[in-house]
Amino acid sequence: MSTAVYLDHAATTPMVPAAVEAMTAELVAVGNPSSLHASGRRARRIVEEGRERIAAALRCRPGDVVLTSGGTEADNLAVKGIAWARRAADPARRLVLTSAVEHHAVLDPVLWLESAGHAEAGLLPVDADGRLDLDALDAVLAARAAEVAVLSVMWANNETGAVQPLAEVVARAAAHGIPVHADAVQALGALPLDVGASGVDALTVSAHKVGGPVGIGALVVRREIDVVPIVHGGGQERDIRSGTLDAPAVAGFAAAVELAVDRQDAHRRRLEALRARLVDGLRVRVPDVVVNGPDDPALRLPGVVHASFPGCEGDSLLMLLDARGIECSTGSACSAGVPQASHVLLAMGRSEDDARSSLRFSLGHPSTEADVEAVLEAIGPCVERARAARV
Amino acid sequence: MRVVAALSGGVDSAVAAARAVDAGHEVTGVHLALSRQRAQHRAGSRGCCTIEDAGDARRAADVLGIPFYVWDLSERFHDDVVEDFLDEYAAGRTPNPCLRCNERIKFAAVLERALALGFDAVATGHYARLVGGDGGDGGEVELHRAVDAAKDQSYVLGVLDQHQLRHSLFPLGDTTKPQVRAEAERRGLRVARKPDSHDICFIPDGDTAGWLRERLGDRAPDVPGPILDDATGEQVGAHDGTLGLTIGQRRGLRLGRPAPDGRPRYVLDIEPVSGTVRVGPREALAVDGLVAGRAIWAGAAPDDGAVLDGDDLVVQLRAHGAAHRARATVDGPLLRVDLLEPASGVAPGQAVVVYRGSRVVGSATIESTVRGSAGASS
Repeated sequence: MSTAVYLDHAATTPMVPAAVEAMTAELVAVGNPSSLHASGRRARRIVEEGRERIAAALRCRPGDVVLTSGGTEADNLAVKGIAWARRAADPARRLVLTSAVEHHAVLDPVLWLESAGHAEAGLLPVDADGRLDLDALDAVLAARAAEVAVLSVMWANNETGAVQPLAEVVARAAAHGIPVHADAVQALGALPLDVGASGVDALTVSAHKVGGPVGIGALVVRREIDVVPIVHGGGQERDIRSGTLDAPAVAGFAAAVELAVDRQDAHRRRLEALRARLVDGLRVRVPDVVVNGPDDPALRLPGVVHASFPGCEGDSLLMLLDARGIECSTGSACSAGVPQASHVLLAMGRSEDDARSSLRFSLGHPSTEADVEAVLEAIGPCVERARAARV
Repeated sequence: MRVVAALSGGVDSAVAAARAVDAGHEVTGVHLALSRQRAQHRAGSRGCCTIEDAGDARRAADVLGIPFYVWDLSERFHDDVVEDFLDEYAAGRTPNPCLRCNERIKFAAVLERALALGFDAVATGHYARLVGGDGGDGGEVELHRAVDAAKDQSYVLGVLDQHQLRHSLFPLGDTTKPQVRAEAERRGLRVARKPDSHDICFIPDGDTAGWLRERLGDRAPDVPGPILDDATGEQVGAHDGTLGLTIGQRRGLRLGRPAPDGRPRYVLDIEPVSGTVRVGPREALAVDGLVAGRAIWAGAAPDDGAVLDGDDLVVQLRAHGAAHRARATVDGPLLRVDLLEPASGVAPGQAVVVYRGSRVVGSATIESTVRGSAGASS
C-alpha cells in the first residue's frame, strides 16, 4: 500500500479481499459461459450464482440483472435503450427527462439523443442543495406526460452526495406510466438500497465503487421494460446486451456487492463520524469554507464532503494537497485533465468562481481518523497558498 | 529548486524537463490548455494544445517520473494573446503572438502562479541560453542566443525582463535540435520523432488571412481597394482585402500591367482603413531606420539618451530573421534605431530585439519605419 492519504473513494475504492480472492480463483479457469460443454457450464454457473447473489443483495430478481462493462454502459443502455423502445412504441414519446446534476454518463446520452434528433432533452432544475425540484417535475408532467419516454434521476449525487427524492419521483412517474431509471452507483453500499421496494424500473450499479473490480457493472431492469440494445452481438444478456460474460469479474462483483450491502449500516455510521470530524475541522481551519449539498444526514451520502474554498482554484488546491500525499478530487468531469467548472454546482445556482473553487473529499472503507487529521493539518497552509496563486 | 516544466506535448519541452530532473531539481510537469475548443489531434505540424498533445505531455511526465497537471489558461490566452492579435491587425499592424504569449502567459501568468504555489522557476523547451545569476550574488542573468543558430529562439524571449529571466530555465540552449531528438529517443520519450510545430498555434489550418477575416468582421472589415504604384501614384491593380497581404510580399498581387522597368514589385505599405496598398521595386522596401515603443530590457534599463552602438550591436526584426548592425538611441519612452545594414519587409507591430553579440539587451515594438531611398516613413 502506498502511504498516500487516499480520499477519493467516490472515484474508485480499493478492492476488498473477498472480491480479490473470488476473482483470482476464477482467472485461471477456462470456459466461456456461453459454451455448451463442461467448462462452459462451469463458467456459466459462476456467472449465474454471482447474478443471484447480486440480485439477492439488491432485492431484485436475478433475471433483472443485465451485466455490463460498468456504470457508464449501464446508464447509456438505460437512457438510450428505453428512450428508443418507448418512442418506437409511440412516436409521441420523444421527451427524455433527467436532472441537471446527473453524472455525465446519463447527461451526455440524453444530450446526445437530442443532438442526434432522437429525442428532446428536458433537464429538470435542482434547489440550492442540489436536490430535484419536484414542482418543476410536476409542471412538466402536467403539461406533457404523454410525451415522456423515460425519466432518469440519480439516487445520490457523485459530487455533492445529495440524495434525490426518488420515492416522490417514482410516485409521480407511475401515475403516468413513465419508466424511471436511477443511477445508484454512489448509493450502493452507502445507503439502504432495495430495488424492489424503490419502484424504479431500471437502476445502475458499478462494481469498483464498492470494492469490486473495475470493468463490470449492471443495469437492473425489470423484464417488463423494453430496452433497445446499444451493443449488438451474441445477445448473451437477455438479448439486450452482448459480449462474452466475464466470469471472474462477476465473481468479484458479487462478493463485493454482498459485503457492501451486509456492512452498509455499520459503514454508514463509521463514515458519518469521520465526515463530521472532517467537516468540523475544515470549518475551524478555513472559517469561510462552504460545505455544499444537504446538511441533513438523511439527505446525503455519509462519506462525501464537497466544499468550496473561496478565493482558491480547486486545481491549485488539489495539486498542493497532492504534493503532500493527500489525494482528493475537484469532483468534476475532466477532458484531458482540464478541470471544468462543475455543472452540478452551476445547476445549484452557484457562480463559476464558486464552482471552480471546490474540492471533493470522499471517504471509503479503508479511511481512518489519521486520514482526516492529515487533511486538517494540511488544508490551512494549502488554502493560503492557493489563494495567493489565483491567476 | 522546485521547478514547473511546461510540457507542450512536443519533444523540446519533454527533453527540457528531463534535463531539469537530471540537474537535481524537483520537477512538476504542467501542460497549458490554451484553447477553449480543443481538437482531438493536430494535422501534421499545425496547431497545438490538442487533447493528443496533452496526452503526449502526460506520457512524457510518466516516463520522467514527475507529477503532471493541466493548467487551464485558455481565458487568459484568449484575452491577452488572441484578442491582442486581432486588435493589432485591426489597427494595421503585424503582431507576433508568440512573443506576446511568452510575455503575458508563459513567463507571466504561469510563472506568477508557479511562484505563488511555492515553485522557484519555470523550465521550457525554448532554444536560448541563460548565463550567470547562479552565484547568488545578485548578479544579472543574461539571455543569450542558443548554440543551434537554426533553432535559436532568443528573439521570442526578448520580451522577458530580469525578474522573469531569474525564474526561468532553458535547458536546451547548449544543444542542437538533432541532439535533442536523439536524446529523446535514448530516454524512451515517445515524442522523439514528433514533427515540430509551426505557424500560429491558434490558427490550426495556417490560413491567417481567412481566420482574421472571419473574426474581425465588423470591427475592421477587410476592405477591397486599389494597388497604387508608390512612385507615380498610378493604380496598377486591385485587391480583395488587406488581411492576406504583408509588407514585402511579391506573390499573389495579380497586377494587371507589368512595371515600366519590367521588374517585380513588392508591397511597400498597407493602409487597412482605406484599403490602399502601395507597391514598388525591391529597393524601395529597404528600411534604414525605425522607431519603436514599449521597450523591455533584459537587464537594467539604460538611461534616457543612451546610445547603444558598436561593432557587436545588432538588431533582429523577426523570428529567425537576419541580424542587422545598428545603432539604438533611448529617447524617452521610444527606442530610435538606425540600421547600418538596411532591412526589408519591416512592418509596424513586429518586435525589434536588440543584441550585444549573442546577448539580448532588450526589445521594443516597432511603431514606424524610415525608408532610405524614398525617405518615406510608413
